[in-house]
Amino acid sequence: MDVEILSRIQFAFTVAFHYIYPPLSIGIGLIMVVFESIYLRTKKKEYEVLAKFWTKIFAITFGVGVVTGIVMEFEFGTNWATYSRYVGDIFGSALAAEGIFAFALESSALGVLLFGWNRVKPWVHLTATWGVFLGSMFSAVWIVVANSWQQTPAGYHIVGEGMSARAEITDFWAMVFNPSSIDRLTHVWLGAFLAGTFLILSVHAYNILKGRYVVLSKKAFRITLVVAAICSLAQLFTGHQSAEGVSENQPAKLAAMEGHFDASAPADLYLFGWVDKENQKVTGLKITGGLSFMLYQDLEAEVTGLNAFDKDNRPTQINAIFQFYHIMVAIGMFLIALSLFGLWQWKRGKLFEKKWLLWTFVFAAILPQIANQFGWFTAEMGRQPWVVYGLLKTSDALSKSVQANQVLFSLILFFIVYFVLFLLFVYLMNKKIKNGPDSDINFDEGSLNKEIAKVVSK
Amino acid sequence: METLLGIDYPTWWFLVVGGLFSGYAILDGFDFGAGAWHMFFRKNTSRETALKAIDPTWHGNEVWLVIGGGTLFAGFPVFYGTLFSAMYIPFILFLLFIIFRGIAIKFRNMEDMLWWRKMWDWSYSISSIMLAFLLGVVLGNILRGMPLDEQYEYIGRGFFEFLNPFSILVGVTSLALFMMHGAIYLILKTEGKLYERLQGFLKKAMAFFILAYIITTVYGFFYLEHLLDVFQENKILFVVPLLVFLSIANVPRLASKRKYGWAFIFTSITIALLLAIVAFELYPRLLLSNPDIQNSITIYNAAASTKTLKIMMGFVAVGGPLVLLYSYFVYRTFWGKVNQDDSSY
Repeated sequence: MDVEILSRIQFAFTVAFHYIYPPLSIGIGLIMVVFESIYLRTKKKEYEVLAKFWTKIFAITFGVGVVTGIVMEFEFGTNWATYSRYVGDIFGSALAAEGIFAFALESSALGVLLFGWNRVKPWVHLTATWGVFLGSMFSAVWIVVANSWQQTPAGYHIVGEGMSARAEITDFWAMVFNPSSIDRLTHVWLGAFLAGTFLILSVHAYNILKGRYVVLSKKAFRITLVVAAICSLAQLFTGHQSAEGVSENQPAKLAAMEGHFDASAPADLYLFGWVDKENQKVTGLKITGGLSFMLYQDLEAEVTGLNAFDKDNRPTQINAIFQFYHIMVAIGMFLIALSLFGLWQWKRGKLFEKKWLLWTFVFAAILPQIANQFGWFTAEMGRQPWVVYGLLKTSDALSKSVQANQVLFSLILFFIVYFVLFLLFVYLMNKKIKNGPDSDINFDEGSLNKEIAKVVSK
Repeated sequence: METLLGIDYPTWWFLVVGGLFSGYAILDGFDFGAGAWHMFFRKNTSRETALKAIDPTWHGNEVWLVIGGGTLFAGFPVFYGTLFSAMYIPFILFLLFIIFRGIAIKFRNMEDMLWWRKMWDWSYSISSIMLAFLLGVVLGNILRGMPLDEQYEYIGRGFFEFLNPFSILVGVTSLALFMMHGAIYLILKTEGKLYERLQGFLKKAMAFFILAYIITTVYGFFYLEHLLDVFQENKILFVVPLLVFLSIANVPRLASKRKYGWAFIFTSITIALLLAIVAFELYPRLLLSNPDIQNSITIYNAAASTKTLKIMMGFVAVGGPLVLLYSYFVYRTFWGKVNQDDSSY
């Protein structure tokens, strides 16, 4: 294997692994803020317990997220030196902004969030929780801005030629608000909220099923379910916006997502299918003219197909992109259905009576994770063969001085270390979840139920 | 070339990046040092106290690495690409040890089993030692220079080229420096028996550092003659090594008077001054091309556009005070000796 494929595998592997954690942190962070705010307002002990419990889980996801995230920043230099030189002005600025305006806030506030319960006043602690949550949201802003610039470059000009060509900023705000930034940022934020909320729903559903911390879990479940339902519906909207943006700015990617080959023709929308790249055919269940309708509200509208692009300038992994995209959409639809069904059952007063529904919520935690991963696979594989769309090919972006044996060495190390790290993560998460809310504060369920009963009877 | 207060933008940016990495070395330096001493504590309670001394703040310290990396990437993209790909193996190892250090601190107290705690103690300590060493190794290679072509691309080949006598010496010296710095930090955060024991550690660390520093300097003096050029051209700069000498000499003096707060300030100043020497050695170069000196990377041929540098100066002007404010707040919250009652996870 050559340096290019090894470096691509390494980057894909390390970034995909990294992306398990930040969405969880952002999503759990949101609910932590909610629980702690309710606690400060109502002074009800159970919300303090919930806030502390989820802070413990958050500590694990955040910790693994940070250490695997630093890897990404430095891999641009180690494995993609030509890319680094080409986009340093722009991409580097976004990374620096992320460090200064986002990461500093979340990491500093984290110390107070985790260790400050007995050190600072409650409102100061809540401020720290907000700091961590907002910091993680801002991180997403700059990282998505940087990546969106790779998808839809704007606000730059190219200086120099050949090996020494570089993109330089001409208009900073045009670079930040490049055509895909906002659509993708909202999509990423909501994806993160879904990852976090569905994990929280899963844990509390499991507790309810097992008859542990039932009162606590029901409260947490209801609040989180409302957030999850809003987010899953909103995600449909941002997803649609993103798809429209892709059709406008990266038509080759959109064509790959739908397996649309004809250079210019009305396009069908597939609910599922299989792409035969050789014969340029898709087998599956389709809505004739559906894609045309979705993009232009016209069943006959022409959509640019893959054949409109030179073979060297379009993605090659059509079926993979098609499948990743369709699975992501299917999961999104399922999450909407599940959360709305949950709300409906709540209204009927039967939310916690249907065991199969709770079990569905237990296992649904994995779905936003898969959707987030597959969404990014679609975005990044669909951009190929470009690393910066239309400007720089992935194959030209490598570090010229790095050799295959070096990358093989680092790749093997990353495989081993991340495998161990993942096992530890699962083991510790499982343990923390099973242990339930903090026992250090002598808050067993019996006394909690009694206290709640007291509050209720008042 | 456009200037601000009479200084051109690449030079400003050289100062900013240098300042950020100095800040990183001072802040995470004592974390590394504390970690390097970790296995010398026999009792579990000592190890727990030592960990608690850094636990609430090390995340904030690591931020400086992330910001330093980002500003280096944005400010000097050519240097970023060349240095990181040339130093591929040490940087990859650095990242893996950053991972192991971070999760060791996080995971250690999540289980009670003895083997579990020992495993993470070792992981934490070895990672800290290696991080301190690898930072020095990279710095040593930057000072030594490396073969570059006209595209400023590294042309050295081989897996272990990053290891040479000088880079190893700088690596050992930075480990010794951080062990001294970290021992003082732990003294400031502990009481009782541990406090007493750490004073013995500090003496050893000071001896270790002074020895390593002298050997490295002498080696550089004889084998890396280009390092002397800047001092011969500009005799006034001899003041800086003199200040380093005074600053180092101050540490044992203050330690013997048990003025550890001041001693900590002087190890911090020593770190900053040593990096100032590196800055004088380099400026306006960032990476010496050896032997083809005309292929050297300078702050001018490596810099991003002036427009980018201006925007980034704005970031630093707005964000810098914020970062300092957060740090101030966190350190103030956890000021003083380790509190055993602090709830942790």
